[in-house]
Amino acid sequence: MTIELTSRPLLAAGCRLGENNQQRILQMPERALRLNGPSLEIVTRCDGKHTVRQIVSELQQIYSKAQPRKVEEDILGYLALLQKERALDFEQ
Amino acid sequence: MPHELSNPLALIAELTHRCPLHCVYCSNPLELQARNLEISTEDWSRVFQEAAQLGVLQADFTGGEPLARTDIIDLVRAARAAGLYINLITSGLPLDETRLSALIAAGLDHIQLSFQGAQEGISNEISGTKSHGQKLRVLEWIKQHRVALTLNFVIHRRNIDQLEEMVALAESSSATRIEFANVQYYGWAFANRENLLPIREQLDRSMAIIKREQERLEGRIRVEYVVPDYYAKYPKPCMGGWGRKLMLITPTGDALPCHAAQVIPDLSFENVKERSLREIWERSAAFQKFRGEDWMQEPCKTCDRREQDFGGCRCQALLLAGDAAATDPVCSLAPLRPKVDAILAAVNLAPVSVVAPPPNEPLTRPSWLYRPNAG
Repeated sequence: MTIELTSRPLLAAGCRLGENNQQRILQMPERALRLNGPSLEIVTRCDGKHTVRQIVSELQQIYSKAQPRKVEEDILGYLALLQKERALDFEQ
Repeated sequence: MPHELSNPLALIAELTHRCPLHCVYCSNPLELQARNLEISTEDWSRVFQEAAQLGVLQADFTGGEPLARTDIIDLVRAARAAGLYINLITSGLPLDETRLSALIAAGLDHIQLSFQGAQEGISNEISGTKSHGQKLRVLEWIKQHRVALTLNFVIHRRNIDQLEEMVALAESSSATRIEFANVQYYGWAFANRENLLPIREQLDRSMAIIKREQERLEGRIRVEYVVPDYYAKYPKPCMGGWGRKLMLITPTGDALPCHAAQVIPDLSFENVKERSLREIWERSAAFQKFRGEDWMQEPCKTCDRREQDFGGCRCQALLLAGDAAATDPVCSLAPLRPKVDAILAAVNLAPVSVVAPPPNEPLTRPSWLYRPNAG
């Protein structure tokens, strides 16, 4: 499955941000992912309002020292991972 | 070898042994604990707080039937207030639309609805109750809510040929996850093993179907499959390793490293009414017993896989080898693997009925040993 730059990712039902001992976590059915730096920046933007393209552009600004192309690849890779975990719905 | 202590990630809260179903593979112990011995709402609330402080991220509310607790809404609220993610593992029987809404409003994150099959006949036979119709109603109610849903199917010889129908049922619901869990042979399932173990052809067919469905449903429904470990080459990393990731609290408040730990002789368990969760996790004899590698025998002791599967399951070692510290006999490297092979050979050679009989032909059914209800 490919991820469209114009779609708007939204955390799926039962997937939400949590916290334990100052560590931010993505809570999912029977699973949890620790979120740090870029992964937290991505997940907080999966709100059904940001398009994938907007997420890419905002993170390219935050991580302006990294190559823009590399930032985009990393974001698409991370969204694909979350999609495989069934943690995202994509709104058009 | 010195062993670095990790913190538990999930708390399995066995809230009660009471249950309207009588499943022939129930994972509860053969001796069920009665209602008047169950710990209170306040005890559980304190346990949730202590668990979160210990690093636990998720609570699995299970039983028995967790909805048999009349304080279930308060328990959900308390676990959520402690910061935990809440999975409810339920038959769906003691549920109506009002109670479902109240559970979700209280903070329930994820419902795992258990099914005994895709069809009424086999489902009712396995659960010893008329239950299937109610589960279908619950699926419709859940569609009205934003809550995660997993359909959980316990798989065995009598329903393993219906995987496609089970997937279709999940696709007609709002589920984002299907769990196909082959029966694990402890407790009631151990007693009914000869009628539950699938034959090899069934297992091979099921693996091909699972692979195909996982690909077809990717991004829509996660399909998870737990194989019956009697057929595996290597044992399962039971509980992610003894005392490494999970802690189970029984209805009376005993803290166990796994569901079946009470079968192991000479292990005594601490109770949450007398000790904090942290003390139990870090120091109790039961959690120390098979932690790390010092307890291991050959071939585990020098095996390259010992950090992957931790020697397999201690309770299975006890049940099949008579020694809880033995290599899990399902391992192809275990000295007692021939015993498991003999069990499989008997099942595969015997002319067994793999098709569920019509409900009006009770005489062709296996003579199931049904679990009773807890008093």
